[in-house]
Amino acid sequence: MNMDKKDFYIESPPVPKRTRMQELQHVFAQNRLALLGLLIFILFFCCAVTGLFLTSGSSPVCDPSMVRLQEKLRPPLARPNLESLKPREIPALGIYLMGTDDLGRDVFSRMLQGAWVSLTVGFVAVGISVLIGIFMGGIAGYFGQKHFRMDHILFTLCLVLGTGLIIINSYVVGTVLLSICSAYIFYSLSGRNRFKKKDLSFWKAILRRNTISVDTLIMRIVDIMLCFPSFFLILTVVALLPASIYNIMIVIGLTSWMGTTRFVRAEFLSLREQDFVAAARALGLGNFRIIFRHIMPNAVAPVLVSATIGIASAILTEAGLSFLGFGVPPPHATWGNILSNGKNFIFDAPWLTFIPGIAILIVVLSFNLFGEGLRDVLNPKLRERH
Amino acid sequence: MLSFIGRSVVQKTVTLFFVSIVSFLIIHLAPGKPSQVDPLNPKFTPEVVERFRKEFHLDKPLYVQYVYFYQDLFTGKTISWKDNQSVLKKIWERFLNSLPLFVVGTLITWTLSFPIGIRSAIFRGGIYDRSTTFLSYLLISIPGFFFAYVLIIFVVTHFHVPVIGMETFGIGDAPAAYLFMDRIWHLLLPSVLSATGGIAVLSRYVRSQMLEVEGQEYIRTARAKGLPAEQVHYKHALRNALLPFVTMFGLILPGLIGGSVIIESIFSWPGMGRMAYEAILARDYPVILTVNFVSAVLVLAGTFISDLLYLVVDPRIRL
Repeated sequence: MNMDKKDFYIESPPVPKRTRMQELQHVFAQNRLALLGLLIFILFFCCAVTGLFLTSGSSPVCDPSMVRLQEKLRPPLARPNLESLKPREIPALGIYLMGTDDLGRDVFSRMLQGAWVSLTVGFVAVGISVLIGIFMGGIAGYFGQKHFRMDHILFTLCLVLGTGLIIINSYVVGTVLLSICSAYIFYSLSGRNRFKKKDLSFWKAILRRNTISVDTLIMRIVDIMLCFPSFFLILTVVALLPASIYNIMIVIGLTSWMGTTRFVRAEFLSLREQDFVAAARALGLGNFRIIFRHIMPNAVAPVLVSATIGIASAILTEAGLSFLGFGVPPPHATWGNILSNGKNFIFDAPWLTFIPGIAILIVVLSFNLFGEGLRDVLNPKLRERH
Repeated sequence: MLSFIGRSVVQKTVTLFFVSIVSFLIIHLAPGKPSQVDPLNPKFTPEVVERFRKEFHLDKPLYVQYVYFYQDLFTGKTISWKDNQSVLKKIWERFLNSLPLFVVGTLITWTLSFPIGIRSAIFRGGIYDRSTTFLSYLLISIPGFFFAYVLIIFVVTHFHVPVIGMETFGIGDAPAAYLFMDRIWHLLLPSVLSATGGIAVLSRYVRSQMLEVEGQEYIRTARAKGLPAEQVHYKHALRNALLPFVTMFGLILPGLIGGSVIIESIFSWPGMGRMAYEAILARDYPVILTVNFVSAVLVLAGTFISDLLYLVVDPRIRL
């Protein structure tokens, strides 16, 4: 009997009683607000996807740009006046679920169309910023102690200058500079191992001098980016570029990666010194594999949290831009420009302000709640307490 | 200490230099020319455009334009392309308009969020804590422009006071007390709006700081000594929890100019944000670049001040 019990112990190693999924469920069950956020998010996602199918194509089920001037500013749940409408102008649901705007367009279908815009702007912008953030932060954290040498800097200057000169139409000098660059790349790739340290001449020694570490460079770039007031910068760039939804996504993404970079760098700096990384290196794994298989999964938690909250703020930024008139160009509907059109009729048709406003509020709130819940879930200190 | 100051001044100057280059490039490499803002305007004949380009050095290469621009900026000679007024004077006027908004907003933020945060940390897990948590998420998530309209409707229909603009139009020769109240009413809504987000974030931060300190050993000791609860909370815990907030005084500096484009344009408040917005619409590059430069200076000065305050407040930190 005693032996049996011992065998039993040996067979089952001392693992945690609950799997990670169960832990997750447990912590989320404790945090009801986060669960609510997740549910709303899933609902919003489904709405946006169905909205995309219902409102796009040549003859959509709910046409967001169908103008019915005789039916303008009808309140929500109003029945359409069937005599005055052509058959194809009658809304698909039979009633104006959320009323109509000043051109008689169905607000419900415009909201459906706008949901997809908000969703894609949030996800694509945050995707861009997270990619840049992980890339820059990873390099700064993992390769941070490496230094740029003088020749690297000269070479980059040559490259930039050459490209610039070609762009402003001075082809000869530009081509010369670019060819110097490519010659140097060839030279340094082929001759890397041939030169020993001792036979370096004076000029080569200067070329090989360390100047600035990778970490310093990247963190200074982050500092520079942080100096710009973000909404003002986004506004400037969006106003100068031609209006399109892709520009907005890219600009929001390009101006919000600094936080992620800092998180990732900090995580990488601490993880790089851990024993499991040393073990992986002792096994002879390459840098690439160590970064992506061993360090990244451990560093992803804070990124995930900040990305979730970043989506919320990207949606808010897009709505703000649309509100100021720099958003997605009409006739495409977004929640921001429904609201900004509706504000002129705020006393006659309050639903034009309140429906998109409350929709933005709920979606952003759900992302924020879910993000904070995620922070609690991924925080091991809090997990042990429960 | 002196070496730290010297090093960070040098570093920040270099950063500022690169910021000036980047912002200049962003503005000038973007498609579209300022001389093409209004192509349908019959006054914009090719000769006028040519004169305009010559006047503002737009026909020179970019680096020459850069030197010209910052030379003008530092000698205070920059003029707006739109109305030929001195940019620095314009910014100063608008800044004086934005200042009351900023001061009142910051005061509201800091006076409200500390009591809220401290109370919800002391009664953590209770109904008060949970409701303020939810409320602060709500305030973070609400789009400012939507909230502004809700508040405007509420105030206008319930209190019958005017709220748009800086003062009631044509109020001229009213009694002083009336003028004062008018100003207050106009100031109230925009500053409350600009404070909402700040209150939500700051009170959460106060709460988490307090919670962290309350978990420390010396708090347990203080409690074990039999000290009254108020003394433990407000003397032992709060003093240590306040440390990070001293440094945040430096970080509110950029708010002076970043301001709120959206709120100022809703309330047609003639402040910095609105001026920047109008400058963007008119492609008034000198104004845009100057606002950008000044705000970068403020950000750098803010971080510098907060580093210094850290040094002064926390003797453990040696930079």
